[in-house]
Amino acid sequence: MMTKPILVFGYGNASRGDDALGVLALEYIQTHFTLDAVELLTDFQLHIEHALDLEQREMVLFIDASVKSDCAFAFTQLTPQRDLSHTTHAMSPSAVLDIYQRLQNKAPPPCFLLAIGAECFGLGESLSDNAKRNFANATKLIDQLFNTLTLECWQMQCSQSF
Amino acid sequence: MYEHLETAKNKEKLKRVVIDPVSRVEGHGKVTLLLDENNHVQQARLHIVEFRGFEKFIQGRPYWELPVLVQRLCGICPVSHHLAAAKAIDQLVGVDPNNLPTSATKLRKLLHFGQVLQSHALHFFHLSSPDLLFGFESDIQKRSIVAVLNDFPDIGLQGVKLRKYGQEVIRMVSGKRIHGTGAIAGGMNKALSKAERDYLLTDIDQIIAWAVSAVGLVKTVHRSNLPYYDHFGTIPSNYLSMVQPDGALELYHGDLRVKNANGETLFDHMDYCRYNDYIREEVRSWSYMKFPYLTALGKENGWYRVGPLARVNNCDYINTPIAERERVEFKAHSGEAMVHSTLAFHWARLIELLHCAESIQALLHDSDVLRHDEPAQGERRFEGIGVIEATRGTLFHHYQVDENDIVTKANLIVSTTSNNMGMNESVRQVAAEYLSGQTLTETLLNNLEVAIRAYDPCLSCATHAVGKMPLQLELINATGDIIDTLVKNHTGEIARP
Repeated sequence: MMTKPILVFGYGNASRGDDALGVLALEYIQTHFTLDAVELLTDFQLHIEHALDLEQREMVLFIDASVKSDCAFAFTQLTPQRDLSHTTHAMSPSAVLDIYQRLQNKAPPPCFLLAIGAECFGLGESLSDNAKRNFANATKLIDQLFNTLTLECWQMQCSQSF
Repeated sequence: MYEHLETAKNKEKLKRVVIDPVSRVEGHGKVTLLLDENNHVQQARLHIVEFRGFEKFIQGRPYWELPVLVQRLCGICPVSHHLAAAKAIDQLVGVDPNNLPTSATKLRKLLHFGQVLQSHALHFFHLSSPDLLFGFESDIQKRSIVAVLNDFPDIGLQGVKLRKYGQEVIRMVSGKRIHGTGAIAGGMNKALSKAERDYLLTDIDQIIAWAVSAVGLVKTVHRSNLPYYDHFGTIPSNYLSMVQPDGALELYHGDLRVKNANGETLFDHMDYCRYNDYIREEVRSWSYMKFPYLTALGKENGWYRVGPLARVNNCDYINTPIAERERVEFKAHSGEAMVHSTLAFHWARLIELLHCAESIQALLHDSDVLRHDEPAQGERRFEGIGVIEATRGTLFHHYQVDENDIVTKANLIVSTTSNNMGMNESVRQVAAEYLSGQTLTETLLNNLEVAIRAYDPCLSCATHAVGKMPLQLELINATGDIIDTLVKNHTGEIARP
């Protein structure tokens, strides 16, 4: 099977409140866009072997819930980073890129992170009100990204403030 | 034994050190040490934030949802929960394991071997090999898979590809990487297609070869300093695991066996559906996690360990040839009836990984896995119990349903709960023998984490959002004042605030 050039990796646990944001974003993309060139992938969290999913891609988008930012969401281009997140099972996307670089001896494809603001992660909980608002805002950016699937467009969006 | 370090006297005069959370274990764990003025350890405890509320998460749902629903309890071992739940709901539709279609039993075993293989690979190569290859007290920058990839690129790559292969087995059998519906009440949702079987066969010889190398590596490491490896965190204990009727190692379905520290069989061929007759759980005020024990032996003597060390210790043999040779060598190395070394969990784990690889190969050559049989059905029941040997040890799922098929009661005993006392005892042993009387440093504290990680505890909450997972280490003096603090942020970097 041919590898599709664009990978969207939305991750999280759909049954743990706002942790579902990455998975919900995938569902949104699946229902709103034609995905001839796009592969959607999900998992509970990032692991080291996900570096192998970056092979033969032209662009990669990671989508995750985030408690780091006060913004509704943040969209950034990633660089490989040798942080210590792989000492837990909560690998950062940048650490996955770093693993890719070490496995393949070459730079990873252009990778981006859409981090959507989150606050509640209880088992069996639904999305918090803030997460719902943040998700609604983030879908506007998703619309722009998937209406113009080019590196230039995505990089331009990174400079925007949300 | 180190029970005397569970609760200290005169706590008000002691310094308190907290490692929170323990890194490179699944989820959230916390270690607290109370030290006297000479830094002698007076109390050591591992506290665990358990899966809280999962019974309530399950109650009120129709039973047929359970195999998919319970995968969300844990982002690390969803397939284990999936299969334990499937075995339980088999009983709800009146199907006992012996009545399950042969093809379904074999497909479930294949799925389970894939899960155990990938999980054991993750634990060894990703989480433990940095400690084992670079040393427990090496620079923190060294203690990661990235350093392994740099300094031992072949080993690092093999770890990644072993894990990937196990996940491909899961994907082929269940149709998805995660949230697959593989097992359903009374059977399986699908069989392997010939193309899927052939795809998995392509790499299996290489996978077995890497598994053999991995066992060789852990043996070399263990024997490189045998007295140390056989002593570090080591505690004699009882062991509980599943075995086949003839005593062979079994991961999917069998009876329960308990051996004591001397290797004497205390219980054999216990029907797991009667687990309530044999096992009770004690609550202690200082931990969220319960302490299971064998009722017949009582709270003090009845605690036991589960997982790879228990399984390889308890079984009479392994029914795949290379893993069996390794088991014989493993059991012989200590010269005793049972291997109690906590670090030998790693060795036992890789013997199981090898067994899984060999078993996958055998099943892929079995035409039954290409056959799809209709699910079996029997007389409706209102209670179902499913038990499997999950990656980390014996996993119990117990459900009661009403006449509308709605779950009214759920009880789960997860593997890490069974190892609660064992992990605490290992922490106390390491604290007493390696830390007591010394000035605490990050590298010394890593020794505690090494002891805990050997059990591969799954404390997972399956949440991982960016910015979660901080670590805070506090040193508190006898008057309760914080005299030093270290914070580990979400990227793993450690700094003083």
